[in-house]
Amino acid sequence: MSKRYNLVFDGSIVEGENIEKVKKNTRTADGALILTNIESVPGKKIVEHFGLVSGSTIRAKHIGRDLMASLKNIIGGELKGYTELLNDSRRQAVDRMIDQAQQLGANAIVNIRFSTSSVAQGAAELYAYGTAVRVE
Amino acid sequence: MNDLTIIITLIAIGYIAGTWAEKRHYRSIEKREREFLDLPTVSIKNVNIDDAKVKKAEIVYGGAVISVDYFKRILAGLRNIFGGAVKSYESLIDRARREALLRMKAMAPDATMIINVRIETSTIGRKSHKKSVACLEAFAYGTAIYLEE
Repeated sequence: MSKRYNLVFDGSIVEGENIEKVKKNTRTADGALILTNIESVPGKKIVEHFGLVSGSTIRAKHIGRDLMASLKNIIGGELKGYTELLNDSRRQAVDRMIDQAQQLGANAIVNIRFSTSSVAQGAAELYAYGTAVRVE
Repeated sequence: MNDLTIIITLIAIGYIAGTWAEKRHYRSIEKREREFLDLPTVSIKNVNIDDAKVKKAEIVYGGAVISVDYFKRILAGLRNIFGGAVKSYESLIDRARREALLRMKAMAPDATMIINVRIETSTIGRKSHKKSVACLEAFAYGTAIYLEE
């Protein structure tokens, strides 16, 4: 059985047939707001601060993926299932953060930080937070 | 006796396939790193750039989950008894971080530079579980700056 792997816009590797699904299920953060992880938006002036915005998501992989991962553990290397899981969840966390910022009327989020923690067996929490601002 | 055979087989598979896969991965990493040689990636925040020239600034990120092979895990387990540097895990962390950085760069191949790069590592999987998945996630993120020519 041959599997196609394609490089998607954010560099994550997703199986060929799943690309459309991933694109549909996760909005891309690009374009909606300006996102940076520095304190300002270069070339633009911050006119208003709205405070902290954050988004988080907790995800677990189904048992089949866990089984595949433990098999892959014998020879080592990249666990594509987990990479994909974390990428999707992180994008969802960013999307939730963007939703929150848009409700406040912001058009940019600066100083974004990411953090990861494992809360339960086989589940991971992805958390993204930043400062919502309005730039001109 | 049967169990021992299984373990020895696993170690042999891990050693042979693992070494081969790691070499292949390193070749691929080095090839892609050469492609991105002209894209400056720095961890400082304030770069001397003319604000009027900035066309676009956006966040870029990339992550990779890498695990070690069975042979190296046994080696590390032995190392736990005597203590000292666990060399077999060094390549694991190195691979994960470089792969994450490359994926971050792949998100903005046309950028002038990537500033304020942060790399974060975390272990995922089940620690309490006996057969814990010894894998590690590296995640890199930064701000890509596009300048006008």
